[in-house]
Amino acid sequence: MIELHAIRKAFNQGRENELWALDGIDLHIEAQKVTALRGPSGSGKTTLLTLVGCLARPTEGRVRLAGEDISGLPECFLTEIRRRRFGFVFQQFNLIKGLSALDNIILPAYPTGRPRKQLLERAEELLARLKLGHRRAAKVEWLSGGEQQRVAICRALINDPELLIADEPTANLDTHLAKEFMAILEGLAGEGRSILLSSHDPLVTESDVVDRVVEMRDGRIVDER
Amino acid sequence: MKLWLARRRYLIDFTLLALARRKTRNLGLLLVYTVLVFMLASVTLYSHALRQEAARVLANSPEVIVQRMVAGRHDLIPPGYIEKIGRIRGVQTREARLWGYYYDAVTRANYTFMVPAQGAPAAGEIVVGPALERSRGLAKSNGISFRSYSGKLHTFVVADVLPQASELVSADLVLMSEESFRAFFDYPAGHYTDIALSVANPLEVRNVALKLAAALPDARPILRDEVLRTYASIFDWREGIVLALLSAAILAFGILAWDKASGLSAEEKREIGILKAIGWETGDVIKMKFWEGLLVSLTAFLLGFVAAYVHVFHFAAALFEPVLKGWAVLYPRFQLTPQIDGLQVATLFFFTVVPYAAAVLVPIWKAAITDPDSVMRW
Ligand SMILES: Nc1ncnc2c1ncn2[C@@H]1O[C@H](COP(=O)(O)OP(=O)(O)OP(=O)(O)O)[C@@H](O)[C@H]1O
Ligand SMILES: [Mg+2]
Repeated sequence: MIELHAIRKAFNQGRENELWALDGIDLHIEAQKVTALRGPSGSGKTTLLTLVGCLARPTEGRVRLAGEDISGLPECFLTEIRRRRFGFVFQQFNLIKGLSALDNIILPAYPTGRPRKQLLERAEELLARLKLGHRRAAKVEWLSGGEQQRVAICRALINDPELLIADEPTANLDTHLAKEFMAILEGLAGEGRSILLSSHDPLVTESDVVDRVVEMRDGRIVDER
Repeated sequence: MKLWLARRRYLIDFTLLALARRKTRNLGLLLVYTVLVFMLASVTLYSHALRQEAARVLANSPEVIVQRMVAGRHDLIPPGYIEKIGRIRGVQTREARLWGYYYDAVTRANYTFMVPAQGAPAAGEIVVGPALERSRGLAKSNGISFRSYSGKLHTFVVADVLPQASELVSADLVLMSEESFRAFFDYPAGHYTDIALSVANPLEVRNVALKLAAALPDARPILRDEVLRTYASIFDWREGIVLALLSAAILAFGILAWDKASGLSAEEKREIGILKAIGWETGDVIKMKFWEGLLVSLTAFLLGFVAAYVHVFHFAAALFEPVLKGWAVLYPRFQLTPQIDGLQVATLFFFTVVPYAAAVLVPIWKAAITDPDSVMRW
């Protein structure tokens, strides 16, 4: 589904604190598979996720999405791609404070202009599926960490994306909640949804749900399983 | 088209949600901004209304008024004086006028008694202004007595009441016949208060004045243009003082509003990043914030302007009173007629709402055009 060719990414390029966070990445992320990036802190996992998710552009190299080169597209096209094809679950969840769970969930759908009724139906469906129905009207800051993550997952799924991207999804959860997350992941994978995540939590990387683990170090891929 | 509408609606929905979320901040901003608009609008409304009043008062007055001076003081026009003026080119009409002030001990107010050039009431009858109608409870065909300065009581019948519309000019007016006037004030026969000249061509007014001065050395010609200019300069000066006194407050509130509006909190920056990351277009984010700012500033503008209107026209600019007392030079009891000038409103709007919108937009725009990858690192 997504192919990365000779990707390099520099921060502060040309300045004395120049840093190549990614240094020659070739990777094919397959559709309908769960792919996990593993590696020590600073190895470039998050940076790679931002490139795949069109949140940033590579300094060098090409990103192909369904065969089409998207690394040079202007911002507005990338936004459109993000909205239609990717769903994000951030490590800190990044929900909008002051809004209810339901309002947060339908937020990515506003720019699509889909009818409200349809949006609400879809949101309710997701809430029910993640056992959050009773918290729909609660302001997100009142939710527990696990509930917040489930709201974030619902939000990521509202536009029915092809690829779900999650950065360190279990980093802010205890073992029990992490297991719950893996169960949710299993459900999504079972539906044939493509998933890309980063983690150094063995609970994730050793799990049967994960089809493929990509090992990273110093901005390169060093191993694969 | 339908899609466009739906998106627009969602955007406005979200804007309202966002506004409601930061209630204290937005209310504070609204308050500061309203006070700012209120102060500016009060000053402009007040001075504009005054200017208009002055123009209105003077619109019907003659181009030149001739007073006779004795020992540097205004004195009566003796018989034969008007003939001495003779024929001056450009003067259309010469008219000797009779008028004076009367202090009414009952209402403790000054009235202007006057003999109109045309349509004077019959002897023993008067026509009164609306202020008298109110303060003395007068109506058509009522009788009323005034004690003259000589101590004699004079009784008149009210023949008519002047219309409300001309209140400013005519509120305290009492019109009567020449006979009644002379009898009431013991005005010597053949004497007049002053002489009004009408000059059709404004360019000739100065010439007329010069010729008058030559023909009658003891006369003082008063030109309407000069009076107007005097008023204008008094108004400008007063307005300047008010603005100077308020400038510190205006500046302080202006800075506060600017600071509040332009300071993008970390939380807001974060939200912009999140919205972009989950698929909001840069334009949508900017539009939303723009609506947010516009809503606040428009509301503040309306509130401030209405408050200023009420302040100036219903409470006679009570807050500025200490500074504005001297305005009363124009008219003994000055009552402003409410009026709004479109250009003035537009100017005020431009200088308050537009800077606000700019203050809000620049930082938003900066935050909105950066890559959204930082959301991954919070
Ligand atoms: N905006 C930035 N500016 C400068 N350097 C950055 C920036 N973002 C990341 N880096 C650097 O790039 C390198 C890779 O960072 P990245 O966040 O991708 O690592 P990671 O594998 O996700 O680490 P972790 O497991 O700690 O999340 C790090 O050395 C980091 O300091
Ligand atoms: Mg990371």
